[in-house]
Amino acid sequence: MMTITEKILARSAGLASVKPGDNIWVNADILLTHDVCGPGTIGIFKREFGADAKVFDPEKVVIIPDHYIYTADEKAHRNVDTLRKFVKEQQLPYYYDPGTESYCGVCHVALPELGHVRPGETIFGTDSHTCTHGALGAFSSGIGNTDAGFILGAGRLLVKVPETIRFILDGEMPGYLSAKDLILQIIGDIGVAGATYCAMEFSGSAIDSLSIDERCTICNMAVEAGAKNGIIAPDQKTFDYVKARTGKPFEALYSDAGATVRAEYRYNVAELEPVVAKPHLPDNLATVRACSGTKVDQVYIGSCTGGKLEDFHMAARVMRCRKVAVRTMIVPATRQVERALDEVTVEGESLRSIFENAGVEPIAPPSCAACLGGPLDTFGRTHGEEVVLSTTNRNFIGRMGSKKSQIYLASPFTAAATAVKGVITDVRDL
Amino acid sequence: MTKEHIIRGPVFVLEDNIDTDQIIPACYLNLVPTIPDEYRKLGSFALAGLPEGSAAFTANSDGSTPYPIIIAGENFGCGSSREHAPIALGAAGCKAVIAQSYARIFFRNSVATGEIYPLESEERLCEVFRTGEEVEVDMNNNTITRFSDKKVFGLKSVGAVAPVIAAGGMFAYARKIGMIKSRD
Repeated sequence: MMTITEKILARSAGLASVKPGDNIWVNADILLTHDVCGPGTIGIFKREFGADAKVFDPEKVVIIPDHYIYTADEKAHRNVDTLRKFVKEQQLPYYYDPGTESYCGVCHVALPELGHVRPGETIFGTDSHTCTHGALGAFSSGIGNTDAGFILGAGRLLVKVPETIRFILDGEMPGYLSAKDLILQIIGDIGVAGATYCAMEFSGSAIDSLSIDERCTICNMAVEAGAKNGIIAPDQKTFDYVKARTGKPFEALYSDAGATVRAEYRYNVAELEPVVAKPHLPDNLATVRACSGTKVDQVYIGSCTGGKLEDFHMAARVMRCRKVAVRTMIVPATRQVERALDEVTVEGESLRSIFENAGVEPIAPPSCAACLGGPLDTFGRTHGEEVVLSTTNRNFIGRMGSKKSQIYLASPFTAAATAVKGVITDVRDL
Repeated sequence: MTKEHIIRGPVFVLEDNIDTDQIIPACYLNLVPTIPDEYRKLGSFALAGLPEGSAAFTANSDGSTPYPIIIAGENFGCGSSREHAPIALGAAGCKAVIAQSYARIFFRNSVATGEIYPLESEERLCEVFRTGEEVEVDMNNNTITRFSDKKVFGLKSVGAVAPVIAAGGMFAYARKIGMIKSRD
């Protein structure tokens, strides 16, 4: 009897079975890196395996620069050049170069979009939000440069099998609720260390009803509760999404009904309310109504957790035929999402047109942008005492740049309603 | 990994949930840790993200830290997978963190790089110690002793990662057990 996480790790380790606490060598199906951690990973690979070493399998290495792209910072440009040189030298087929047609944007939204995420596979990435990809039934976890440098050469990693915590979300999603509300509620309930070292497995009829974008929002924030991975069993929606993007075969795996888990939490989503995480931790939970009226200086809609097409679709439904009252920033996660802003409509009007008519800032090109502050000239970065309501995933002190600024995390519905009112607003009260 | 099993010096005390943005703010992630000059620079920015008004960690004139030991509460190193975090602490001259608990990736990166020892205290120490107090950390006997009153506090044993720590990091361990080739 094993959970989906245990089954995937056992398969990737070539073992018949594993149990939580086992330390096993796991083969990587995909190693993901980007411009912030890629150069250091390459440095370790060369130092440890030699200047002439070859990567373990070029088909399994995906490099997506996305963090510091639209900046004048010289080191940021040098770092992308380091990636380019390595890609050329190693002849890596999956590299998405800034300034060219292939540039795609934020790695965690692009990786599944480009068909690199397949159910049942094992993904490691040099970014804590690599846990996003568990939304497609994969084991996917964030690692540091040293472990990534090791995988680049050896193709495998020593991994401790995590215990699983199961979250069963049933009930019908109210129209004012989004996946972001669900995961903020869960993190608020269990705390920022509530799932440390564990797998967070999400299931139930409410999860089944969510789109792939929304499932990604949930798994993306598993790390905000300390989890090693977040995971949702694949279903027909998953298979349709994956098969539309890759012809590579895969083997879906599922939890056994009687598999042992560390704990089980049940939610009826019909009873939940729109929530925020107040400054300065993702578990600092409050209902939106409890914060209602709090003045904000800017609203930010973007990032790997809050800049997907469905996030903008939700925001546009609220902003249509309305004007924003504060500085509002729209940062599509990827080129695909950016293009879709022109193609997808609400009541016949494109999302782009809705946002422009509402008076948002000029829509920024896709990248991580202000989600993590970054170089001083980063779009949307805070520099003073700004109060920000954001669809991103972290509200630590200084996270978006300034240590004096305050960040509230919330859903795209709440972000749009707050943008329109200029104060924190529950979309039901707009 | 340093082979020092006894570390002496003043402690720098922090509380719960010290996240990686506080340990090394994202504006410094353009620095690449494997470039020696940038490794040193990362050290000079260690804990630059602490709230306004916090004591300076890298208080030495050369940008290093006078504090070889950090004492903290729960969930130290939460947030990002940026290996720049344990590296910045190590590059600044920190040898060990003694926290009540760790975020997973930070702990892993500390062990994998061998930059710092991520040790766990048996009890909550961040309210028992003050920044600047001189201590001795004894990793052979899993203790931390305060010089002023000779009071001894217990550390947990490092558990399953002990062989990796003993080897000096991920690569040294993998070579030792024959998972990757030894270097000549």
